Amino acid sequence: MALQNDTDPKLAAYAHPERLVTTEWLAANLGADGLVVVESDEDVLLYETGHIPGSVKVDWHTELNDPVTRDYVDGARFAEICGERGIGRDTTVVFYGDRNNWWATYALWVFSLFGHADVRILDGGRAKWVAEGREMTTEQSKPTPAQYPVVERDDTTIRAFKDDVLAHLGKPLVDVRSPGEYSGELLHMPDYPQEGAVRGGHIPGAASVPWARAAAEDATFKPRADLEAIYQQEQGLSPADDVVAYCRIGERSSHTWFVLTHLLGFGKVRNYDGSWTEWGNSVRVPIVQGSERGTA
Amino acid sequence: MTLPPQLAELVDEFAEVGPRDRLQLLLELSDELPELPPRYADAADTMEQVHECQSPLFLAVEVEPDGDRLVHLFFSAPPEAPTTRGFASIMRTGLDGEPAADVLAVPDDFYVALGLAQAVSPLRLRGMAAMLARIKNQVRTATAA
Repeated sequence: MALQNDTDPKLAAYAHPERLVTTEWLAANLGADGLVVVESDEDVLLYETGHIPGSVKVDWHTELNDPVTRDYVDGARFAEICGERGIGRDTTVVFYGDRNNWWATYALWVFSLFGHADVRILDGGRAKWVAEGREMTTEQSKPTPAQYPVVERDDTTIRAFKDDVLAHLGKPLVDVRSPGEYSGELLHMPDYPQEGAVRGGHIPGAASVPWARAAAEDATFKPRADLEAIYQQEQGLSPADDVVAYCRIGERSSHTWFVLTHLLGFGKVRNYDGSWTEWGNSVRVPIVQGSERGTA
Repeated sequence: MTLPPQLAELVDEFAEVGPRDRLQLLLELSDELPELPPRYADAADTMEQVHECQSPLFLAVEVEPDGDRLVHLFFSAPPEAPTTRGFASIMRTGLDGEPAADVLAVPDDFYVALGLAQAVSPLRLRGMAAMLARIKNQVRTATAA
């Protein structure tokens, strides 16, 4: 039932070109059977101001997170979220969103925890679609509900917990926050003081690669050669490495997780969603301050 | 809790509708946020940035020199940030033209009564608390002078 892949030459250079579609591909396939387009934004109202025709909204904060426990929703709730949006287990889901697809990749990562097979990102996201003058609508989408099976999350393959990270010390870590957060000068992301920590700095040994370095001016992902230059040549990571990426609550690092896993073909990348809001508030975990990586 | 009448009315409107309609209400308010007057439109650097908001928001506060020291509020936030614009519009609709003393008397946690926590998430709501705190600071500075 899956839709054909986008054969665009820029995408073809990536390790897993089937994980991306271009705006041209999406415009040509809108409304196709077996396709659901999901908008996932930082701003909870942005979808309502206008969205890609027929697309549905998934809000990272109010829908993908459990409202009580700091965790993602369970299999039963996930099945409801998908079902009411017309997403079946075989559906091709294309995610797009604001801010260089930051939240779109986060939603894709959560869908991946539930093993949803055919997930893709609209390269360039909302910004590129709008910049190209493509159709947007405020008309409410009315998806035909689908049956989605209750599938339990797999938290062992692409997700890391604090204990996993403690056991991982000495192996490659990527800190995708801003340089000020990495060095410890800032206890929160610039402009986000509400998600603070009582200690500043980074996990020992972590490389500092702010997540948005992977995005080009037009919000698309940089070409493969440019990404290799950053993560492989400059930072010395290798696709054979066992890598953990983190940020503040695990959203920016899901963008880097996507880049390393699907665009560069790294075999084992986990996203530590506890990230700095857990690590920087934990008792007696090792922390390095300053701009050097430090050692465990 | 005593709120200025316009703000009290807004709080009632939010309280009367369900969570989904609250988002719709916020969206309408976001559309109603007035454009900046020319004296600020060309001088963004004279405005204060509200760093606590997840999107860029600039704020200017004017307090009339005499009488009840009426407060006037001006906001600037991009259309790609409708939630932030909606919060700003609540402040503008609820507090603009009110006496300084009444603005200072608004409880810091008044926004809880809007019932937006579920629809918007508590994290995002803190931007509104910060907005009010910064407005009050500017009003205090202006009235102390």
